[in-house]
Amino acid sequence: MADIMSMTFDDKRTESLHSLILPPGEDFGIKSDDEDLHDDERLESDAGFESIIVVDNLPVVPWKKFDKLEAVVRRKFCRFGVIKENGLWMPVEEDTGKTRGYCFIEYNTPQEAELAKENTNGRNLGKEHILAVKMFDEIDKLMNVPDKWDPPETKPYTPLTQENLHHWLADEKGRDQFVIRSGSDTEVMWNDARQLKADPVHKRPFGTESFVQWSPLGSYLATVHRQGAAVWGGASGFNQLMRYVHPQVKLIDFSPGEKYLVTCSSQEPSNPRDTHRVVLNIFDVRTGKVMKEFKESADEFAFGDTCGFTGVSWPIFRWGGGKEDKYFARLGKNAISMYETEKFKLIDEKSIEVDNVMDFCWSPTDSIFALFVPELGGGNQPARVSLFQIPSKVELRKKILFSVSDCKMYWQSNGEYLAVKVERYTKTKTNTYTGFELFRIKERDIPIEAFELDNKNDKVISFAWEPKGDRFAVIHGDNPRPDVSFYSVKGGKVLKLTTLKQKQANALFWSPSGHFIILAGLKGFNGQFEFYNVDELQTIAITEHFMATDVEWDPTGRYVATSVTSGHEMENGFNIWSCNGKLLYRVPKDHFFQFSWRPRPPSLLSPEKEEEILKNLKKYSKKYEIEDQDISVLLSEQECEKRKQLKEGWERWVNEWKRDHEEQMLRDREASDVEEAEQVEELVDVTEEILPDVCIF
Amino acid sequence: MVNTGPAPKWPSPVQPSTQHTTYPAQILTSSSNLGFPISIVRKPYNDLVPSILFDPQTKMRPILMKGHERPLTFLKYNRDGDLLFSCAKDHTPTVWFADNGERLGTYRGHNGAVWCCDVSMVIIWFNVNGDSTLLITGSADQSAKLWDVQTGKQLFTFNFDSPARAVDFSVGDKLAVITTDPFMGLTSAIHVKRIAADPDDQIADSVLVLKGPQGRINRAVWGPLNKTIISAGEDAVIRIWDTETGKLLQENEKEVGHKKTITSLAKSTDCSHFLTGSLDKSAKLWDSRTLTLIKTYVTERPVNAVAMSPLLNHVVLGGGQDASAVTTTDHRAGKFEAKFYDKVLQEEIGGVKGHFGPINALAFNPDGKSFSSGGEDGYVRLHHFDPDYFKIPSI
Repeated sequence: MADIMSMTFDDKRTESLHSLILPPGEDFGIKSDDEDLHDDERLESDAGFESIIVVDNLPVVPWKKFDKLEAVVRRKFCRFGVIKENGLWMPVEEDTGKTRGYCFIEYNTPQEAELAKENTNGRNLGKEHILAVKMFDEIDKLMNVPDKWDPPETKPYTPLTQENLHHWLADEKGRDQFVIRSGSDTEVMWNDARQLKADPVHKRPFGTESFVQWSPLGSYLATVHRQGAAVWGGASGFNQLMRYVHPQVKLIDFSPGEKYLVTCSSQEPSNPRDTHRVVLNIFDVRTGKVMKEFKESADEFAFGDTCGFTGVSWPIFRWGGGKEDKYFARLGKNAISMYETEKFKLIDEKSIEVDNVMDFCWSPTDSIFALFVPELGGGNQPARVSLFQIPSKVELRKKILFSVSDCKMYWQSNGEYLAVKVERYTKTKTNTYTGFELFRIKERDIPIEAFELDNKNDKVISFAWEPKGDRFAVIHGDNPRPDVSFYSVKGGKVLKLTTLKQKQANALFWSPSGHFIILAGLKGFNGQFEFYNVDELQTIAITEHFMATDVEWDPTGRYVATSVTSGHEMENGFNIWSCNGKLLYRVPKDHFFQFSWRPRPPSLLSPEKEEEILKNLKKYSKKYEIEDQDISVLLSEQECEKRKQLKEGWERWVNEWKRDHEEQMLRDREASDVEEAEQVEELVDVTEEILPDVCIF
Repeated sequence: MVNTGPAPKWPSPVQPSTQHTTYPAQILTSSSNLGFPISIVRKPYNDLVPSILFDPQTKMRPILMKGHERPLTFLKYNRDGDLLFSCAKDHTPTVWFADNGERLGTYRGHNGAVWCCDVSMVIIWFNVNGDSTLLITGSADQSAKLWDVQTGKQLFTFNFDSPARAVDFSVGDKLAVITTDPFMGLTSAIHVKRIAADPDDQIADSVLVLKGPQGRINRAVWGPLNKTIISAGEDAVIRIWDTETGKLLQENEKEVGHKKTITSLAKSTDCSHFLTGSLDKSAKLWDSRTLTLIKTYVTERPVNAVAMSPLLNHVVLGGGQDASAVTTTDHRAGKFEAKFYDKVLQEEIGGVKGHFGPINALAFNPDGKSFSSGGEDGYVRLHHFDPDYFKIPSI
């Protein structure tokens, strides 16, 4: 499920980048309010020394050995880029002819200089010389370091904002918000389902340069700009709350508890032989401070499943430990780098070494992760799936799997179950079939159960856990119209609930509160939807949103949005449905890029209270039913009134026109009567003379 | 047709083409020789069409008229509503019985696509067959022709130096307006011709020539009391001209006007207002005297054709995506529906599906009880309304 979501999101992002229409001008029609940033940039370019590095701690050699040392240095530093002609200058003392122990190297580009600095600073040259490499521009700063250290002043804490970030949750009508992006506009709206319309909250032309994203708890709306990312929110409209400077940022990602924001940019290499350079920053969302910075070549990130841009799988950092944002981890070569957020350091100062690890996946709630190692050595070393506990790094459970071609891991949203979809080779190795391994995380010793579909040769198209529930749904089959099966894992056994045959579906969307699911036929199936009640095993409704590309439940599970984004030429816009498949309203928008509901933080009610509400639902719902009725009566009255006015206006217009028309005709007739009269007179005159001759008439 | 005296026998005006030897037009029941899968032809509706418009089970099916080999361009009923004239890109305007879709005959003589036609309201002169009415057609062969409706005889040809497009008889049929396209350095123009009571006296001279609009003038019609001519076309501007002086009286306000080419224009029966359809995916209703915008109807597709019910406060919009993009997508994506809107409330009432190409022409029967649509697919579909249609509440 998560995989599907992230992939569709990526699609959207690339599409939108291509089809984005920007207004002309360097600043795209928006004045930058970021003056400091501009100053910085200008200063840098003024200096003109940004591609020069200073190499210190070189051996001091006499004039005789000058050439030899220069050759050594040149050899060491030409690996990182092209050194300019006469770009290596090693000063010598005039009287002794000895070198001074440092040199300057000028590269063609600042990027090369940066690369050289990073790769040589602190490294050994020979046995006793540890190089100290600095950018030339940094020297001034280093020279001005005062001898005495003054403890920095402790500034009084000023909160990020006085704004109530959770203001939208207190909406009287209990509505949800969503953000849409169409053309160059970014709009936030209320879903006013009772009034059957979207109620605008906030609109910004050119609000973002590639996409927008809600933070996982809905407090912030993040936008992406050339200078960096920004977050917006608060009670009094959408104000900018914080900026995160990161030039050319391409991707952003929040930690699940929205404490941290990861930003990522990728630079085109100056030398085509090199790989892309990737810069990652982790910001504290509230203070805007950079917590950690990573600058590496893209190769370092190209492990496991690669999707997204320039071979980097996004998000690079996967956050673990539930909503507390305690840990984040990254897949590396033969290792998983696990960081903690107290000091932003590797746990135990080293990565977890796992040979050939392919993929790993955090539990959504606990600090447990599952990893997958594929089969190696032509089957001599079997594949395995392991569960690790953090920070102890203890392996909780391990499952050895044979003749495996691929594994996919699916966590249930409460972290109670982990389903591993295992693709195994048949005996002839020409084909694969699918099985599942089910881990019960919360039970003692984590029992594992294997199960297969009725027809194990069926291809699995989609798999999805019921949120917070014990059921899951699978789309499987090789037919153009696949089957959909529902399973329950309650009570320690996998039990098939039902199989729906021959459905036009290729994606599954569970309601966030469970019980209901949408079987969606996107793309190839032209936007067929079936709303299905899994409790009763009954179809509620079958509908169609022609050409729909995306489906999203609102965070409460009351409404569903289906949208056609601009990947498709026609029909752009979105539809809002009730959870029982009734079309509430449609909003057509040309160049529609993105629809996304504002997430809600978890409920503050205790489980007991929730249960009590569920039990006495009738009592609570009465109030809302009355409200609903009042509004619908009011609406129909308003509608009637509006129609009546329109009708009266029209009739008034028609009558006025008729009256004018008749007057006009009357005037015309009078005019022509006068004319005719004159003519007749003339004629009379004439005829008098002619009459005697022409008597035939 | 006014039938005076013995019922006239309908002689075939011209030799029927060899391809269409079955003289009564092919009606839906003989769908086997349509050359299209029956499923498409027989399934003109889906669930989205409100059943109040058409009930496929029990009620009237549309009559499918196949007589043209090329896309339809224009449809026109005579005043009595018993004849339907159709123009297409295939050079031969055709006349049909508006009741059962039987083909009566064709008018042969044009050598290019026929863009528009009009039929005179009153009996203009008497000939050997009794009374008759006039048909005027405008064609891409740089001519507009006058025909005897009954015999199919060519009566007169107005020759131009560029393709003729819109034609329209004035009230009383004493005058006709003909527009010509920009061509080989010539600008577009609106010509006013006097129509002689006896075709033998007809002369080719124009009473008035109006110039000024940029690009094609897709429609030009007579305003109230023949005092004005209303024109609209590619430059998306609606203009009102004085027919006495030839002066440009009014242009519509830019802010409220169409943003793209105006493709079609239809007058109300009393000429008090008119409807324009445009490629900007909207249709607009205007006061024909003051040129003030009264209503706007927004759709999802470029509008190629518009029509107004003479009976109820309904407007019909037809269109669909550009013909060049049709084959690249599912036929449902094209939205080749005739959409019904409430004229006053500007709300969509329903739609009639069926064409598998954009709708290029729409016309309402003057009695308001049927309408026909002509498509890029070469078909004319004749729809008689179900009794339920007349029960649609207007408020």
